[in-house]
Amino acid sequence: MSTPPPLIGGPFLKQSPSVSHIMLVVMLALTPATLYGLFQFGLPALYLFLVTIAASLLAEGLWLKLAGRPALPALGDGSAILTGWLLALTLPPWAPWWIGVIGAFIAIIIGKQIFGGLGQNLFNPAMVARVVLLISFPFHMTYFIHPVPLFQQGAPGPLESLAVTFGYGVGPAIDTLSSASVLGHVKTEIDRGTAWADAFATTFDMHGLVFGAVPGSLGETSAPLLLLGGLLLLGARLITWHIPLSMLGMIAALAALFNAIDPLAYPDALTHLLSGATVLGAFFIATDLVTSPVSATGKIVFGAGCGALVYIIRTWGGYPEGMAFAVLLMNAATPLIDRYTKPRVYGRTRRGTPLVHEEASK
Amino acid sequence: MKLFRIRGGVHPEGRKRLSEDQPIEELPLPELLHVPLQQHIGAPAVAIVSKGDKVKKGQVIATAQGNISAPVHAPSSGTVVGLGRYAAPHPSGLPGRTITIRTDGLEEWAELPAALDAFTADPKDIAKRVSESGVVGMGGATFPSSVKLNLGQRYDLHTLIINGAECEPYLTCDDRLMRECANDITKGVRIMARALNVKRTIIAIEDNKPSAIRGMSQAASAYDDVTIIEVPARYPMGSEKHLTQTLLGLETPARGLTADIGAVVHNVATAFAVFEAVTKGIPLISRIVTVSGEAITRPSNLRVLIGTPVAKLIEHVGAYSSEPERLLLGGPMMGQPLMDLKVPLVKGTNGVLALAGLQAATQVTTTSCIRCASCVDACPCGLVPLDMAAAIRKEEMEMATKSGLMDCVGCGSCAYVCPSNIPLVQYFNYAKGRITAVQRTEHKQKETKRLADQRTERMERQAAAKREAMEKRKAEQAQKKAAQQAAQHQEQEKVSA
Repeated sequence: MSTPPPLIGGPFLKQSPSVSHIMLVVMLALTPATLYGLFQFGLPALYLFLVTIAASLLAEGLWLKLAGRPALPALGDGSAILTGWLLALTLPPWAPWWIGVIGAFIAIIIGKQIFGGLGQNLFNPAMVARVVLLISFPFHMTYFIHPVPLFQQGAPGPLESLAVTFGYGVGPAIDTLSSASVLGHVKTEIDRGTAWADAFATTFDMHGLVFGAVPGSLGETSAPLLLLGGLLLLGARLITWHIPLSMLGMIAALAALFNAIDPLAYPDALTHLLSGATVLGAFFIATDLVTSPVSATGKIVFGAGCGALVYIIRTWGGYPEGMAFAVLLMNAATPLIDRYTKPRVYGRTRRGTPLVHEEASK
Repeated sequence: MKLFRIRGGVHPEGRKRLSEDQPIEELPLPELLHVPLQQHIGAPAVAIVSKGDKVKKGQVIATAQGNISAPVHAPSSGTVVGLGRYAAPHPSGLPGRTITIRTDGLEEWAELPAALDAFTADPKDIAKRVSESGVVGMGGATFPSSVKLNLGQRYDLHTLIINGAECEPYLTCDDRLMRECANDITKGVRIMARALNVKRTIIAIEDNKPSAIRGMSQAASAYDDVTIIEVPARYPMGSEKHLTQTLLGLETPARGLTADIGAVVHNVATAFAVFEAVTKGIPLISRIVTVSGEAITRPSNLRVLIGTPVAKLIEHVGAYSSEPERLLLGGPMMGQPLMDLKVPLVKGTNGVLALAGLQAATQVTTTSCIRCASCVDACPCGLVPLDMAAAIRKEEMEMATKSGLMDCVGCGSCAYVCPSNIPLVQYFNYAKGRITAVQRTEHKQKETKRLADQRTERMERQAAAKREAMEKRKAEQAQKKAAQQAAQHQEQEKVSA
């Protein structure tokens, strides 16, 4: 964090992008899905998005000031913005402003700074905040609306939107717009004994699910755009294929298995892959560098674990969506996974003893 | 031939264009030559000349000391004007023992040993000649070459690998040598193969040196037992253990030698030096050096006498074109910062670099580790550099050792890719130094204790022996006395009877 003493150990060349560069690319990768989400859910979503990011920066700055550490380098690395951004994407788009603010403070301070700041946290900060919010404010956090795209009839204007987010003045009659998310609706109907496909078909269609024109959190509804961003991350080599593939693969495999056992009670693999935070989680949340394992094998174990937990929570848990819980549980397992999946050292066996070749010495 | 993949590695921009097409040039004779006594791994050589002595070119001026050491020869004729400490090419900037020669410009040769016919001579004699000629590993490691040529006596070797990878960016000295002296190198290689008694020889060259590959292939085409192999350009391909793995598919056991898997690796420049030593009797008194970097007016490949001050090289290539941001000896990945331009060139110096612009961006601020695992992916040794660095930061050397610190080859791939600019190699070097120091202290304590114990034991033994002797004497005396008394008694009895 300070100017280092003169470097006497090489290398004297650098290839790599800086940390802030990495954060910028991740934000770039998030941009298409975010813009689409903002378009779908209108100005209230935009207000909430901006409030959450501003609160994240404020929380980071305040904490560093209280801790007596220089605030500018940390604010400049973009990690606080990214945390706020990811959190906002997982919030119901028409949630009140204080949900965003409380979430941002929890994410930055309890999720990250308490552990020692960037790189030290055990848990994904945005997911910590989301889980705290979900448990503390279950009503606000599951209050989804049917998308009313910008510039369309019924979309709230700037003032009405202010009312939605900040609660002053007269807003649109949002109760008429409210709706359960896909996973929530399907779960309720299955619990009532309806076949999932019927429950799904009465309210949604596959086209809407693919393109994100369904109720849900701000940034998680458009699978293709999230996938595009994910591919960008892969292309920029900021993440590897291990976590997304093992995670999506595990969800798909479990969904296909149970769907084959009882097609009426268990939604099929495609529905699982396209709904909720599956794609967002697989490419942007579970792949968080700080809180995921470092070796390739470890990443596969981690991704598969996340996938299994997501499916288990969605299917048999009390919540319709389990991404945040799944990621946090696997975050807790990361040190253990790291310990047991260390790469094999050159010239040694897996157990660490030197390799033995047939004796060449005389 | 099938090549094997090595783990990790990086692809730094080569920057070899700067100097690769510059033919090798002789550097004019400098006025003063500062020849250090420690230019190799092992014990420093011991000076056998004194101030005021006249020396001839190629004359031994310091002899090897112990098994792992190398003699030093006068690079040119002249007078010894100094015998003391002088700036040494070491990152500490501390001076080292050096013989300074004022050259007379006559370049008068000493009487050189007769040429050996490598193909009738005893392999041991070849190694002896290489040892007497002061040849050391010229890729930068500077391990005395004769020791490695003698490995054939202890191991069943099958392959000699000649390292022409030259994977460090900027450096082109081996490339030039292979282009211009392919025949001599090939002869040197065959001499080494004979000394080692191996059946086949592989000369490995990175695929970014097509001219060198062509030249060497032509030179080697006459011999069935020498193969030229093109290896992918990827740092650290030139690491001895990784090159062997690429070619043979076998990993050298941890803490072991490549000889454990039946192979010995030598550098191309070493092969050339062996050729000169064996067939002409010329000791190692000069080498090819690449002078390059963005701040060098005329990047070049120079043949330089050992002991020439670095300043002379830079002067010769037209000084700096811009203010250099970093001066280096060796390559940019594993080289060391140059503290002072008066430092002399040594047997292991393959490059003098003056970097400027983005390429030198190293003095940037370090930020927190974000566990991105780039270092884990880049490490050719399968280590987890971020864990090792975290342990070293907490001075937990034992933990760092457990995570494989001593298996680190120091290639710097991890620090090269680190987005947080953490000086990982610096951490590792620090820790290796600390651990060596602790081990040395422990060894010393153990040795002291062993000697003390030995002394106590010896003293006790002596005391016991003394006691025993005394008792024996006492017993003897008592016996004698008893015998005398008995005799007296008998006599008395006789008398009385």
